[in-house]
Amino acid sequence: MGSLIDPFLDNEFMVRALVAGVLVSLACAVIGTYVVLRGMAFIGDALAHGVLPGVALALLVGIPTLLGAALGAGVMIGGVGLVTKRSRLSSDSAIGLLFIGLLALGVVMVSSSDSLGTSLEAILFGEFLGVDNTDLVVQAIAAVVVGLVAVWAARPFLLLCFDRDQAKVMGFRADAYHRLMLVLVAGTIVVSFQTVGSLLVFGMLLAPAGVGALVARRVGVMMLWAALTGSLATYIGLLLSYHYAWAAGASVVLVAVAMFFVVLLITSFRARVGARA
Amino acid sequence: MKPVLVARRLSVGYDGRTVVSGVDVLIAAGGSVALVGSNGSGKSTLLKTFAGLLAPVSGAFEVLGRPIAAASTDVAYLSQSHPNGLALPIRAIDIVRMARFDQRGRFSRRRPNDDAIVAESLERMGVAHLKDVPLRDLSGGQQQRVFLAQVLARRASLLLLDEPTAGLDATGRAAYLEAMAAERERGAAVVTATHDVGEASSCDRVLLLAGRLIADGPPNTVLTPENLLATFGVGLTRVHDQLVVTEHQHHDH
Repeated sequence: MGSLIDPFLDNEFMVRALVAGVLVSLACAVIGTYVVLRGMAFIGDALAHGVLPGVALALLVGIPTLLGAALGAGVMIGGVGLVTKRSRLSSDSAIGLLFIGLLALGVVMVSSSDSLGTSLEAILFGEFLGVDNTDLVVQAIAAVVVGLVAVWAARPFLLLCFDRDQAKVMGFRADAYHRLMLVLVAGTIVVSFQTVGSLLVFGMLLAPAGVGALVARRVGVMMLWAALTGSLATYIGLLLSYHYAWAAGASVVLVAVAMFFVVLLITSFRARVGARA
Repeated sequence: MKPVLVARRLSVGYDGRTVVSGVDVLIAAGGSVALVGSNGSGKSTLLKTFAGLLAPVSGAFEVLGRPIAAASTDVAYLSQSHPNGLALPIRAIDIVRMARFDQRGRFSRRRPNDDAIVAESLERMGVAHLKDVPLRDLSGGQQQRVFLAQVLARRASLLLLDEPTAGLDATGRAAYLEAMAAERERGAAVVTATHDVGEASSCDRVLLLAGRLIADGPPNTVLTPENLLATFGVGLTRVHDQLVVTEHQHHDH
């Protein structure tokens, strides 16, 4: 029993990591639910990777990495909108172009600078065990803002998930709410990348929400399941990281994805048994 | 009494391309119009324009004397497909409840009246017993009934329905026709885009479309072999509300 609790009792950095992971889980549960329901996984993935050049730029010129990440995400969202509008390309082609272009730019920037080489790992995989109190405050604010906006826009967001046209017909400004949703996805990624890294934050958006989609019959309940899954994955992942010296961010995301497949097995088995009965 | 829908010299299309031009329509309360034509004839484009989803290329239309932007609570729209909606992990009743969202705004709770309307709409489409079943677990026909129940729950003055009987079995179709008759009795106007001549025959008026307005009038005068030839490009004739191919337009023999 001690091995399950002692790492958190004995080490302040583990407590901070746990709190950070739970805050990331809460924000990702809300936004990840919409990402899964609206089939926005590709733009989510692209945003998660598109922050790389922005963060690299921030490190080079000495501004906060959060600002750089926000800049990268802004370029991604604006670029996708521009390419989709000005060309006859579908939005997934536009996302793919921007995604790979920004990722390549980020890698070029990092590889051309000696000082950025060591930062690349932190950008991609995060510094779960290195979060400080300022990071926690930023993540807490982000989680609260995401939650409040999700409550404020719950009905139009649900309509968007069902049918964007239906939202428009009912007089909701569907395009504006779509953009708001993208900003929330970008904001969640920007704030969370410092903890779990730009490569792995996407896993925290998708895997817990995927669990919610398997078991829930209401969107709110789906978010609750996602938050519980993400938080539990954080706890188990951090323990594994502590005891086996695994990379913390990767451990947490790995556990979240494993939980998805376990729940998938259980729900598939129950469905098969139910069909026979 | 104000007409529900008035369109004057309306041309509709998208991406700068005109799909149908020169449409004049006036639909009174309780009236019904069927838009009939082959694929790409402009039925759905016209319906989307009436729903406010596409801006007219030229001309104008009004719903209850107002521009569509000011009449959204008076309009219900059934689209042909719901690409994301079918994967939603939510129950049939939640889909129908969405119909009341704009009546209540963002925050105010549902009222007993909303719940009664939702329950009645599910009942009328024969899916009340499925209300707690997740949408994704329903068959295509059952899902279509739920979407139609959502339309009914809008209590709108103008119902715009794109292929409403798609996927419905005989019972579902009967429930739909009965519900539409009741809606018209209530004073709602119904515009339906359909391939189904039987369904079109139950409307007051039929607009035959083929990139332009081919014919407009009561079903019995509009659904003639000549008009159907001009609309579909093949010779068709009505036999017991079914269309039977009689000859091709360029028949050489």
